[in-house]
Amino acid sequence: MSHWYMLTLVGKDRPGIVAHVSAALFDGGCNLGEASMMRLGGNFTIMLMVEYEGNKKGLDDMLEPVADSMGLHRHIDRIDAELHHHLEPDVRITVYGADRAGIVARITGALAEAGLHILDMESSVAGTEQKPIYIMQIEGHAAEGIEALQSALDIVTSDGIEAQLESIETLIG
Amino acid sequence: MAVLEILTYPDERLKQEATPVGAIDDEVRTFIADLEETMDAGPGGVGIAAPQVGRFQRIVIVDCSKTRKPVPNHGRLFLINPEITQWDGMVVGREGCMSVPDYTGNVIRAEAVTLKALDLDGNEQEYHCEGFEARAIQHEMDHLDGMLFLDRLVSRRNDLFKRKVYQKK
Ligand SMILES: [Zn+2]
Repeated sequence: MSHWYMLTLVGKDRPGIVAHVSAALFDGGCNLGEASMMRLGGNFTIMLMVEYEGNKKGLDDMLEPVADSMGLHRHIDRIDAELHHHLEPDVRITVYGADRAGIVARITGALAEAGLHILDMESSVAGTEQKPIYIMQIEGHAAEGIEALQSALDIVTSDGIEAQLESIETLIG
Repeated sequence: MAVLEILTYPDERLKQEATPVGAIDDEVRTFIADLEETMDAGPGGVGIAAPQVGRFQRIVIVDCSKTRKPVPNHGRLFLINPEITQWDGMVVGREGCMSVPDYTGNVIRAEAVTLKALDLDGNEQEYHCEGFEARAIQHEMDHLDGMLFLDRLVSRRNDLFKRKVYQKK
């Protein structure tokens, strides 16, 4: 009986990490599901769904050599997971402005209250050290409609934070 | 009338190029009626191309008249041997396909297209389509050349081309 695990790896970025890790998983008899790799602040980060016949200890032992050789911290969680159940976003929100404490909490809090279910979020701090700017892109599902989200945004973005909201109409053809 | 089976990738036939329709006879019209019924039976599809049901002729149907948010459209279009004669602008949008279940991705398309095609009576028509309808036509016509939206995916995260209309509150 195989199980799904969520494998998280974090470490200093260098070329070839994905190739080495996926080879080790393949050689160990694992199946890969969905995965997301990003470089954050110069660090390599990946989360990937791994299907494996054995227990968590077995998976951890299998990964130890490759993780150690590439200088990666690893974390494994057994998860309930299924493939082929993607949720489609119907709204995209872009927010940017001078980087200030609390901006993410304020905006995402207001959006959550207005019915936003975030499916994908990415943010970055850009600009210069003296004048950092914060940029956030969110895709999600507007459970209470897009107008509710727009009203929420209008309130929280009044002071120097720019926000754009657009609906995503996915073409199926 | 019949709902036809939709081929799904990795069926190799979806990569096959379709040939032009010769005479538009009753057999072709019967097939198009079935194709239409198949499109209407699908979940929210705004178009269908003959190769998606395993018939490799240059026929597509597009209908953008029932989108969640209304868009400019020509109603139900039956396009036989369609040919795009002009492409204008570029825009990123999200697409999925009845032949590629459970996946959507960003694809760059021309924002507006002008095309010629035969109608059900074999008369040549010209259409100018924009936005969502133009996207649907390009998506369906790709099927005629054995192309899937998977062949045109761009970055999941970044819109390389922002929307033309920029609204400032
Ligand atoms: Zn398609």
